[in-house]
Amino acid sequence: MRLKGKVHKYGANVDTDVIIPARYLNISDLDELTKHCMEDIDGEFVSRVRLGDFIVATTNFGCGSSREQAPLVIKHSGIACVIASSFARIFFRNAINIGLPVLESTEAAEATEAEDELEVDLVTGEINNKTKAKNFYAKPFPKLMLEITAKGGLIEYAEERLKARGT
Amino acid sequence: MTLAEKILAVHSGRRKVSPGEFLNVKVDLVLSNDIMTPLIVKEIQRLGVSKVFEPKNVVIVPDHFCPNKDIASAEQAKLTRQFAKEQGAVYFEVGRMGIEHVLLPEQGLVLPGQVIVGADSHTCTYGALGAFATGMGSTDIAVAMATGEIWMKVPQTMKFVYQGKLPKWVGGKDLILYTIGDIGVDGALYSVMEFAGEAIAELDMDGRFTMANMAVEAGAKAGMFGVDDKTREYLTEHSKESYSAYQADGDAEYADIIEYDVSKMEPQVAFPSLPSNVRSVSQAGSVRLDQVVIGACTNGRLGDLRVAARLLRGKEVHPETRCIIIPGSQRVYLEALREGLIETFVEAGAVVSTPTCGPCCGGHMGVLAAGERCLSTTNRNFVGRMGSPKSEVYLASPAVAAASAVVGRIASPEEVTK
Repeated sequence: MRLKGKVHKYGANVDTDVIIPARYLNISDLDELTKHCMEDIDGEFVSRVRLGDFIVATTNFGCGSSREQAPLVIKHSGIACVIASSFARIFFRNAINIGLPVLESTEAAEATEAEDELEVDLVTGEINNKTKAKNFYAKPFPKLMLEITAKGGLIEYAEERLKARGT
Repeated sequence: MTLAEKILAVHSGRRKVSPGEFLNVKVDLVLSNDIMTPLIVKEIQRLGVSKVFEPKNVVIVPDHFCPNKDIASAEQAKLTRQFAKEQGAVYFEVGRMGIEHVLLPEQGLVLPGQVIVGADSHTCTYGALGAFATGMGSTDIAVAMATGEIWMKVPQTMKFVYQGKLPKWVGGKDLILYTIGDIGVDGALYSVMEFAGEAIAELDMDGRFTMANMAVEAGAKAGMFGVDDKTREYLTEHSKESYSAYQADGDAEYADIIEYDVSKMEPQVAFPSLPSNVRSVSQAGSVRLDQVVIGACTNGRLGDLRVAARLLRGKEVHPETRCIIIPGSQRVYLEALREGLIETFVEAGAVVSTPTCGPCCGGHMGVLAAGERCLSTTNRNFVGRMGSPKSEVYLASPAVAAASAVVGRIASPEEVTK
C-alpha cells in the first residue's frame, strides 16, 4: 500500500502528555478527544492536518504514559503513518495493536522537514521524500508484528489464538 | 540469565531465553484503573470473550480521576465498577483504595518472580519486589485479561551499580533522577534496568519502589531489584503467599554495566520539561514556587510522609506557596494519622487529600494555571503535565519538596534544618 501526504514535523521526546493531555482522558468520544490531538505542542495541528498526512519526529516518539488514546487520536486525526528515529516501547506496541503504521528511520526523520511531500510504501518500508528528491528505507518489522498487522491488529490475532486453544 | 530473563523463561515454558526473542508469556496479575478500563471493556467485547481468564488475578483500582472529579469521570468510574463487579475481579472502592502502585504491594498482591502487566506505564513499580512488571496499552491489557498471556520481546538488561554510602537527605528519588539525568529519557529504551550495589542494599523498600517506578522515564520496560532481607521483611508484613525469588546468574550477560559513587551525591531536582533535565539542589538557583505536591505512586508511601513531616514539624508553609500532600493509600493515610504526621501537615498549613493520582497528570486536586510553578514528588514534568501548557513542573524527593514548601522556592533540606 502506497501512502501519499504532507509532513507535520516534530523533534525529540514527543510525549503522550502533549499528544493527548491527561486532562482530557475523561472524554470517551473519540471525535471529541481528537480535537485535542497535539494540543500542547502544536495548537494548529488539528486545523492543519489532512487525511493521509504524516507525522515525522526524531527520537523517543510517544514517551511517557501507556495511554492508547495517544495513537488512537493520531490515527483518528487522519495521520496515515508516523515516521521517527525511534519510538518509546509502549507507544510502539499500542500503535501496532490499533493499526496505526509506524516506521523507524533516523535518516528519513532527520532529512525531512515540515510540509515536505512523502510517498511511503508500508510493505517495503520505502520512504520517498518527493520535495527533497530523496529515498530512505525504514527498519523492517519483526515477524510477529507482521503477523499481528496482517491479521488486522492484536484483537484479531488473539481471537485466532483463543480458537486454537479451543476456549 | 539476568533476573528478568529467568522470570520470562519460567513464564513461557523455556529453559533459556535471550534478548530479542519473541515469547508468549503467562501473566500472574493484570491491572487496570478508572481511565483505561472503559477502553479495555470495549476491546474485550470485540474479542467475544465474556469472562476474564482468572478473576482473582485481575485487579481494578479507581484512582486517577476518583473520587469522581466531574460527570464524565463519574461515568467512566461507573463503567469500571460495573465491569469489576460483573467479572468478580479484585476491586478497591473509594474509601478502601489507594494509588494503584502504592496499593497493590501493600495489599500483598505483588510477589517476587511474578509477571505483572498493567494499563498504566508506572506498573514497573513492582520490580522493587523482584517481579517482572510493565505497563501496556488498553488493547494489550484486554488481551492479557481475556487470555492470561501476552506477547513480549525479551528485553536486554542494563545493570546500574550504586557504590558508597548514601548521604543524609539523599534517597531513591535522587538516585533515579541522577541516573535518568545521566543516561537520558531514552537511555534504557526497550531495556530492563537492574539496580544493585552497596547503596541499594541499604535503601529501604519505599526508596526501591520510587526507583523502579521511574524506570519508564528512562524508556525502560522494567526496573528490577533482587530479593534480599529487606524484601523478605516487607513480604512477611504484607503477604501470606509463598513465592519464588530469582537472582541473576553470576555469568548473566548485560548490555551495559554503569557504576555510580553516591557518597558525595546531593539531592537532585529535574527542571522543566523532561525528567532527564537534572541538577543538584545546590545548583537550582532561586526558583520561586506557587505549589508543592508530595505524594503519587512515586513518593506517596509512609516513609515519604515521615521525611516530609520531619521537615515540616513546627514550621509553616510559605505564605505564597500552596502545599498539597496526598497519602498513597488509605492504609498510609491511617498510619500517618496515628503517627501524628497528618496533624503536623495541617498545622504547617498544608492541605491533605484522600489518595488519588489527581494533580500528577493535571486531573484534579492541584491543577496549575499559566505561568505557575510547581515542585512535585511525582514522576513526570512534561509540558502541560500538571495543568496549563504554560506552567512548569520540577521533580524532587519528599525532603526537597517539604523544605521548598517552607522556603517558598526550591531549597535543600539543609536550609530548614540549620
